[in-house]
Amino acid sequence: MADKNTPPVFLDRRSYRKRRMMDAIRLTPVLGALLWMVPLLWAEGPQGALDSEPVQTTLSSAIKYVFWVWLGLIVLSAALWRMTRDDVARIHAPDTDS
Amino acid sequence: MASVNLLIGVCLLYVTGLFGIAFLAERAASKGRRPWLRSPLVYTLSLSIYCTGWTFYGAVGYAARSGMEFVTIYLGPSLVMIGWWWVLRKLVRIGRAQRATSVADLISSRYGKSNALAIVVTIMAVLGVTPYIALQLQSVTTSLSIFADPFETATSGAQAGMNQISAGFWIALGLALFTLLFGTRNLNANERHDGVVMAIAVEAVVKLLALLAVGVFVVWGVAGGPSQMMARIDASPIGAWQMDGSRWAALTALAGAAFLCLPRMFQVLVVENDDERHLQTASWAFPLYLMLMSLFVVPIAVVGLDLLPAGSNPDFFVLTVPLSQGQNTLAMLSFLGGFSSATSMVIVATLALSTMVSNHVVMPIYLSAQGQGATVSGDVRHVVILSRRLSVLVIIALGYFYYRLSGGGGALAAIGLISFVGVAQFLPAMLGGIIWRGATRIGAMCGLVTGFAVWSFTSFLPSFGSDGLISSAVFEQGALGLNVLRPHALFGIEGIDPTVHAVIWSMALNIIAFILGSLVSFPTPLERLQGAQFVNVFAHSGQAKGWSASVAESEDLMIMTQRILGAKEAQTLFRDVARTQGVQGFLPEPTPDFLQRLERELSASVGAATAHAMIGQLVGGATVSVQDLMAVADESAQMLEYSNRLEEQSAELSQTARKLRNANAKLTQLSVQKDAFLSQISHELRTPMTSIRSFSEILRDTDGLDPSEQTKYASIIHVESIRLTRLLDDLLDLSVLENGQVSLNESVGSLGDVIEHAVVTCGVGQRQKLIVTRHRPRENVVMHTDLDRLAQVFINLITNAHKYCTAPQPELTIDVEQDADGTFVRFSDNGTPIPGNARDVIFEKFARINDQEGKGAGLGLAICREIMTRLQGAIFYEPIPDGNCFVVRLPQAESLAAQ
Repeated sequence: MADKNTPPVFLDRRSYRKRRMMDAIRLTPVLGALLWMVPLLWAEGPQGALDSEPVQTTLSSAIKYVFWVWLGLIVLSAALWRMTRDDVARIHAPDTDS
Repeated sequence: MASVNLLIGVCLLYVTGLFGIAFLAERAASKGRRPWLRSPLVYTLSLSIYCTGWTFYGAVGYAARSGMEFVTIYLGPSLVMIGWWWVLRKLVRIGRAQRATSVADLISSRYGKSNALAIVVTIMAVLGVTPYIALQLQSVTTSLSIFADPFETATSGAQAGMNQISAGFWIALGLALFTLLFGTRNLNANERHDGVVMAIAVEAVVKLLALLAVGVFVVWGVAGGPSQMMARIDASPIGAWQMDGSRWAALTALAGAAFLCLPRMFQVLVVENDDERHLQTASWAFPLYLMLMSLFVVPIAVVGLDLLPAGSNPDFFVLTVPLSQGQNTLAMLSFLGGFSSATSMVIVATLALSTMVSNHVVMPIYLSAQGQGATVSGDVRHVVILSRRLSVLVIIALGYFYYRLSGGGGALAAIGLISFVGVAQFLPAMLGGIIWRGATRIGAMCGLVTGFAVWSFTSFLPSFGSDGLISSAVFEQGALGLNVLRPHALFGIEGIDPTVHAVIWSMALNIIAFILGSLVSFPTPLERLQGAQFVNVFAHSGQAKGWSASVAESEDLMIMTQRILGAKEAQTLFRDVARTQGVQGFLPEPTPDFLQRLERELSASVGAATAHAMIGQLVGGATVSVQDLMAVADESAQMLEYSNRLEEQSAELSQTARKLRNANAKLTQLSVQKDAFLSQISHELRTPMTSIRSFSEILRDTDGLDPSEQTKYASIIHVESIRLTRLLDDLLDLSVLENGQVSLNESVGSLGDVIEHAVVTCGVGQRQKLIVTRHRPRENVVMHTDLDRLAQVFINLITNAHKYCTAPQPELTIDVEQDADGTFVRFSDNGTPIPGNARDVIFEKFARINDQEGKGAGLGLAICREIMTRLQGAIFYEPIPDGNCFVVRLPQAESLAAQ
C-alpha cells in the first residue's frame, strides 16, 4: 500500500512547530468569538435588577473588557503573523493534515 | 463660526487634492512603480471603506441610543479578518485564479458561469446598496447644514437654512465625476484601479485622524483624563450595561457576513488585491484600525449627551460637540473625516456595482440585441466603457433619488443595517460554493431568491414605515390576512427584535432552500468542473483547461479580441503568446493554455459568462477535457498524474505532427512554385532574348534600312536588354542579401522623408489611381539606418499595393505606431485578402499568388524580408478584416523619437 508519496509519520521539530502555529492561527478567531460572547452572560441594567440586589455591570467595565480582548487578539495575530509569514506561502498546498 | 462658504472651499481643496493623488498614482502605476502603490499598508487602509459615513457619524448616535451595541458592527469584521485562514484566504485565491470582477461574477463563475445567477445577484446588490449610497449623501448634506446653522439643526434635527436637496445634487455630481474619471478610464485586464485605491487609502487616514482628534479633545480637553471620563460614562444615562443578547450575537454575525458580501468590500478585498501576503498583514492591522475607529465613540456620545441640549441629534455629536466648545478647526477636521468616509464609500460602491451592472446586464443585452454573438462587428470596447459609465451615472442617480424620496428621515444606523441584511443573502451561495462541491446552480438560485424575498418582506419594505409600502393592516394581520405572514412576526412567533427577526428568518430560509435545491438537482459538467476548481483551489491551483482547440481558428479569435480589447492590446497579447510559444509572426497556436488566458482577459472586460459564451461560439462548444473529468471524479493522485503526463505527451505529439504537416505542405508548395518559376524565368529570359536576337539579325542582314527604322529596332533591343538586366539585378540583389555580403550605407534621416521619397518614386497621384492616406505628424521619427534600402522596401510595398489591389477604388493607408516593442510602419490596403494557404509563402522567393501572369517574378517581398533582416528590423503580414496589411518594424535601437 505504502508508496513513495506517503508523507513520513513524524515531522521534524521545526516543521512540527510551524504546523502548530498554523493551528493557532486557525483557532484565534474561535477564541475571539468566545470571549466576545461573554457579555451575553452579564447582569442587565436597572430593568433587569428588579429586586434589591444592586448587581449590575457598568458601561466602563464593559468598554474595558471589549477593548482589552480586542487588543489581545490583535497582538496575538500580529505575533503569529511575524512567526509564520514566510512559511504560509509554502504550507498552502500540502496543508491537509487537519 | 466657520461659514459654509469656507467649508465648501476647504472641501473643494480637499477633493482637488484627492484628484491629484489619484492622478499621480495612476501615472506612477503606468510607469511601472506598482510595488510602492501596492504595499500591505495601502491594502489595509483601502479596506477601511468598510467605515462609511454611517460608521463615522452614526456610531456615536448609535452609542448614545443603545450603549455598547454599536461595537458589534466592528467586532464581526475583526473576527473575519483575524480568521482570514478560514475563508478570506480561499476567497482571495479563487477570486484571483478566476479573475472574478465582482461578487456576481464569482457566484456566476462557480455555478457554471451562469448569467441568470449573475443578474439576480446584481439586482439584489443594487437594491441593497442604493439606500446606503443615499445614506452617504444624507450624512454629508446634513453635516453641511449643521455648520450653516448648528443649534437650530441640532435641536430640531431636520431643516436648516441651506438647500439640502441641491447640495446633495452637487455632491452626487462630483462623486460621479470622480468615479468616471478614475474608475472607468480604462479597461485593463485585471480590473485594478490604482488611482482610486490610493485616494481611498488617503481618505482612510483622514477619517481616522479626525475621529481620534475629536476623541482626544473630548477625553483630555473636556473630561480631564481617562479616569474622569470613565466615571462620567458610568454616571451617564447609558452608564449601565443594557444589552439585548440576541442583538449582540446576531449583529456581530451579520456584520461579519456583510463584510464578506458587500460589493465594495469584495472590490477592495479580492479584486484590488495585488499580493495574497497583504491579507496576512491586514489580518491584524485592519482589526487595529477598527479598534482605533471605535475607541472614542462612547466618550464622545457621553460628552455629547452631557453638554448639548436634550433632543439634539446624537448622530452628529462628532460635529456638534467641538462646535459647542468653540473648536471650529477641530469641527472642520471632523467634517472632513465624515466627508472622506462618505465619498470613498460612494466611489468604490458605485465602481463595484457599475462593473456588475455593465458586465451582467448591459453587455449581455447589447450582445444579444446585436444578434451576432461572438462575431460582433465594430469595436466593442467603447460600448463596454460607455455602458460602465452609464451604469455609474444611473447608480449614483438612483442613490440621489432615493435620498430625495426618503427625505432624510430615520436614524442613520437603521438604513445601514437593512442594507447589511440584504447583501448578507449572498453568503450561503458564496460560502457554500467554496466549501461544498455539491452546491448547484439551482440550489444557489433557490437560496438567493428565498433570502431576498424574506428580506424584502421583513426588512426592506417595512423600512418605509407602516402605511409606507406595506399597509398597517399587513403589519397587524399578516399578508393576505394570514397570521403566519406578519412582517415582524413570521409564523406567528412574536417578541423577536425586528432586525434579529429579519436576520434569523432570511438566513435560515435562505440556507435551507440553498441546501435542498442543491440536494435534489443535478449539476452540469461545467458546474461540477468549476465546483472542483473552487473547492480544491489549493490542491490544483490554476485554471481548468476547458477548451480543446484544434478547431479554433487563431484568426477569428484575433479579430474578435481586437473588437473587445482594442486592436493594439489584442496585437500585443497575441504577439506575447506567439513569442512564448516560439512561433513566427503574429498568430499563436490555439493551445488550451492560450484559449484559457484569452478567456480570462476577455472576462475582465465583459464578465466570465459572456467571455465563456463568445469563445465557446468560436471554438465550437465547451468541451471538458479528460484531465478535468478526472479532477471531478477525484481519482487517485497517481492516476491523475500519469494521465496528465500521457495527455501532455499526446498533445505535444499532435502539435509536433501539425507543425511537421505544415512544414511539409510549405515545402511542397515551394517546390511547385520553384518549378513554375523555372519555366517562368526561362520564359522571361527567352522573350527578350528572342526579340534582341531577331532585331539584331535584321539590323545585321537587311540592307537599306532607313535611319528611323534603325533607331526603332535599336531602341527595342535596348528596352529588352534593360528588362533583362533588371531581372538579373533582382536575382543578384537577393543572392547578395542572402549571403550577407551586402554593405550598408548608414545615415541619419527622418522616416517621413523616406516615406515621401517612396511615395513620389512610385508616381502616386500622377499616373496611378491608388489613393495613399498618411498620418504625417506620426511620421516624425529620426532614424539612423540605411535609408536607401528602407526606401526600397517601402517602394516595393507601395508598388505591390498598386499592382495587386483589386478594389475598384484602391486605397493604401500608411500609418506609424510606436510602442515599447519599437516603431511599426503599417501599409494596409483594401484589396482582396490573401488566402490563408498563400500567407505562409508570400515572403519566400519566387512565390506568387494565383500565378498572376507577367506581373513580376515573385522576388519583391523576398528582397524586402532580406533587407529588413539585414537592417535588424522585420516585416510581416497581418490579417485585417477587409484587406491586407504589411507591417514593417524599424530597427529598434536606431529609431529615436523626435524631440
